[in-house]
Amino acid sequence: MNKTVPNENKPQFKGTPGANLRELGKLEATIGPEWARLVRGVFTNPLSIVGLILVSSFILIATFAPVLAPPLDALGDPYLIPRDGYSPEPKPPGTVWQRDIPPIPFWYTAVTGNEQWVHLLGTTSGQFDIYYGIVWGTRTALFVGVFITAVTVVIGLFVGAVSAYYGGWLDDLLMRITEIFMAFPFLLAALTLSAILVPLFGRGIWPATIALVCFGWMTYARVLRAEILSAKERDYALAARVLGAKDSRILARHIVPNAIYPILVLASMRVGDYVLSFAALSFLGVGTDIGYADWGQIVSFARDWILSLDIHWYIIVYPGIALLLFGLGWNLIGDALRDILDPRLRKGN
Amino acid sequence: MTAYIIRRLLQLPLTMLGVTLLIFAMLQLLTPVERSALYVPSIPHNEGAIDAIIAKYGLDDPFYIQYWRWLVGHKDRNTGEVEGGVLRGDLGFSRSGRQDVIDMIAQRLPATVEMALWSAFPIIGIGIWLGVISAINHNKPIDQIIRVFTTIGWSFPTFVFGLLVLLVFYTKLGWFPPGRLSDSINVVVTSPDFHRYTQLNTVDGLLNGRMDVFWDALRHLVLPILTLSYVVWARILRVTRSSMLETLRQDYLRTARAKGLSEKIVVYRHAFRNALLPVITIGGSMVVGLLDGTVVTEVIFNYPGMGSATARAASSLDATAVLAFVLFGGMVLTVANLIVDILYAMVDPRIRLT
Repeated sequence: MNKTVPNENKPQFKGTPGANLRELGKLEATIGPEWARLVRGVFTNPLSIVGLILVSSFILIATFAPVLAPPLDALGDPYLIPRDGYSPEPKPPGTVWQRDIPPIPFWYTAVTGNEQWVHLLGTTSGQFDIYYGIVWGTRTALFVGVFITAVTVVIGLFVGAVSAYYGGWLDDLLMRITEIFMAFPFLLAALTLSAILVPLFGRGIWPATIALVCFGWMTYARVLRAEILSAKERDYALAARVLGAKDSRILARHIVPNAIYPILVLASMRVGDYVLSFAALSFLGVGTDIGYADWGQIVSFARDWILSLDIHWYIIVYPGIALLLFGLGWNLIGDALRDILDPRLRKGN
Repeated sequence: MTAYIIRRLLQLPLTMLGVTLLIFAMLQLLTPVERSALYVPSIPHNEGAIDAIIAKYGLDDPFYIQYWRWLVGHKDRNTGEVEGGVLRGDLGFSRSGRQDVIDMIAQRLPATVEMALWSAFPIIGIGIWLGVISAINHNKPIDQIIRVFTTIGWSFPTFVFGLLVLLVFYTKLGWFPPGRLSDSINVVVTSPDFHRYTQLNTVDGLLNGRMDVFWDALRHLVLPILTLSYVVWARILRVTRSSMLETLRQDYLRTARAKGLSEKIVVYRHAFRNALLPVITIGGSMVVGLLDGTVVTEVIFNYPGMGSATARAASSLDATAVLAFVLFGGMVLTVANLIVDILYAMVDPRIRLT
């Protein structure tokens, strides 16, 4: 939770100093001092532990999706939410499945003593099962979040590294292009590009994902460029050049590994943001198709039921909680990382 | 200072040029038939007519010719009549809104401006206040509570929070309705006796001395404002808090305390002003937050502004219209960033040197 300022009051290292030194030494020996500090910091801050628990729970849910909510084979694609009829009226949690019942998970009868498969979290308008959508939507969310983050980081690394290392007109050109991409409001631009890409790709996760990638890489490029510009003048970079190493090697082996930390923080904070933005695009109707297991898509059904939300609260509350906890998990981890990497904190220690 | 402002102003047309280039590049992803919405309201059904339109407006021409034409308009060889042309203010036709995009912007912009202006007060005021409270109570329970509260807001997707707020305050309690005005008040506003000075209902209500209009307009704005504010408070709080903490550690504040000034004066007279400087830098990202936020918020609260028009155009894949809206959004943001930079240079002399 501690955002940018050193937190002198909280003990960063527990136990006796001697024990710490030994432990730190072992950790450092395996993953290096910077990583050791990161891992150590993340696992000692209570809020980031909450974040880690949240994120790992989502990973577990995604991994065991077929066990938690077995798909209906007749549908073919497990990401299509099975529907129980076509009635527009949402049904409350606990309603018994009537039609096209998917296989009952093995743990269900043992846990509840119930022989019938019910809509655990109710159904949306059009009778899509909310529980199934949330469970499989976890996979969609994780995939989208990690994919967008990975691709934007790679693009950012490339642009930032080339720009900073070669400088001159190339640097000017790349930075002007970066600025132009930054001249647009992020979600608005992604919404537009996504609307343009839907006819080309069809509805699904790709239009929104590509749109978010297109307008999401600029921060990394700028931060990395700044980091490299300062790292470039350091002694180790000069030493490598004196030894006759090629530019690309100096960049990839010496400079980028040292400049990667701020990118790491930014990236971890953005995973949640990307997933929320993706959900917003789905909610606005330029994301996945109706019935796809995607949290934003499920919430979008609520737009037609605003007058009776007090009766049909479950159509926004459950998918909303999923989105909130997902965003919160990544943000808490990102916050902790930011603290650890803040140079002002290092002085504090 | 003047040199800095002039230099910064000279960059403006360049950025604008880049913005139009990027928009035009996205436009090129559309088929020539879809691009015809730049000039004609509807796509004719027979093939010959479609080809005729493509030939007439040169929608197959090389992109640089098309770009130029898109900027300055298409001049008919025989009649000399000019159609289209972003620089002429002709942004094409919105098929989802069934009118010219520029008319749509003129009609819907005041509603969005009204929402954004009113939201600015709680976002900036309460955001900074929370940041200061958080900083002076560094690591005390109140600091933790404020930070958890705002982090949750930051992790909330705008649309989920908006719907929850609507669920509680409209569906359950019936306090604040969605929309922009009640029907009865709408009659008052559209009547000839009511002067539309600014097109902003709240301001016009006050200027006409109609408090009922003012209160009704405000009542419809409460929930959107609450939604927009809650999801961005975390950002402004974080900057204020860390800048305040940094300032509070400065030597000149120790001096102020040492000479016996009360803590209140030390904090609010000496520290606060300097701590506010960095807050200006996130002005640009606040504008982004508002522009993005209004899209989702207006959809949820059924508010007839630019945001809901953009969302409708996007969901009905009315690409030329969305592109026009995002071009407008890009221009607004570019100008906002310019203002932020100049403002910052004015209050912080160190900036002008770079």
